[in-house]
Amino acid sequence: MQIYLNGQDHELAADTSLSTLLESMGLAGKRVAVELNLEIVPRSQHATTRLQPGDQVEVVQAIGGG
Amino acid sequence: MTELEQSDALVIAGREYQSRLLVGTGKYKDLAETGAAIAASGAEIVTVAVRRTNIGQNPGEPNLLDVISPDVYTLLPNTAGCYTAADAVRTCRLARELLDGHDLVKLEVLGDDKTLYPNIVETLKAAETLVADGFKVMVYTNDDPIVAQTLEAMGCVAVMPLGSLIGSGLGILNPHNIQIILENAQVPIIVDAGVGTASDAAIAMEMGCAGVLMNTAIAAAQKPVLMAQAMRKAIEAGREAYLAGRMPRKRYASASSPLDSSLITRA
Repeated sequence: MQIYLNGQDHELAADTSLSTLLESMGLAGKRVAVELNLEIVPRSQHATTRLQPGDQVEVVQAIGGG
Repeated sequence: MTELEQSDALVIAGREYQSRLLVGTGKYKDLAETGAAIAASGAEIVTVAVRRTNIGQNPGEPNLLDVISPDVYTLLPNTAGCYTAADAVRTCRLARELLDGHDLVKLEVLGDDKTLYPNIVETLKAAETLVADGFKVMVYTNDDPIVAQTLEAMGCVAVMPLGSLIGSGLGILNPHNIQIILENAQVPIIVDAGVGTASDAAIAMEMGCAGVLMNTAIAAAQKPVLMAQAMRKAIEAGREAYLAGRMPRKRYASASSPLDSSLITRA
């Protein structure tokens, strides 16, 4: 299935969880925040949140800024 | 307690800080330089930006928060790059999730990318939503005293007028407005943006500002770590000069050596 990950098309196996997606991005256990269809998904719910085709996922981190 | 022993903490949202210098983490050569400059600045409050992760990122790549640990510094996530209230609110909510419920944020809603001047209409809208949502909002604004008062009345925990445009290094271009803002304020007034070198920071502090927030003045110096240390000293010197109370300005000289008992007789 296809989702939109950080603004880009992204191919994913059906029924993938958010945790699995983060793992595939090399971000397991990293300090990131996730938004699914404009709603924050708390870290405690990453494992139980299943992605659907067409979902818009944003994964953000802290970077240098003023 | 002697004159030199008075405690003089900066209090923001009920928390005390010993340093009145707040620094950004952008524009450094690398993370090692970022860490060294921030350590030399003595800052306790450090701004960070919130951005998308790179999808193709190398997993072992060092992260800013490895250098600027949330256990050591009070992180101040900003909404830089946001041009609407909705985007700024969204960014703050992501930052709160990112930093485990941390609710101190730097709100900035920009007007255009040439001046990075704040869009006050959107800033006011965002501040209202964020305060209602439990955020402690430190707000970047222009040097308009009425806007500053409005933001304070809305519940912002610090008001941060620009000295001049972000990254311009032109110093404090309208000290008279900053002075009016200071006279009216009950919350900390922190000059944010425009400082170019140490004397600019000292001037802000001598006027009675509670602190100064800067990024480019340090990061774009030829020797950023040395400039960070210079800024720490300037902030401390300016603050102490403010607390000491400067002498009045006079138009004519006033001799420092006594004129009495001089062996010179003047005609």
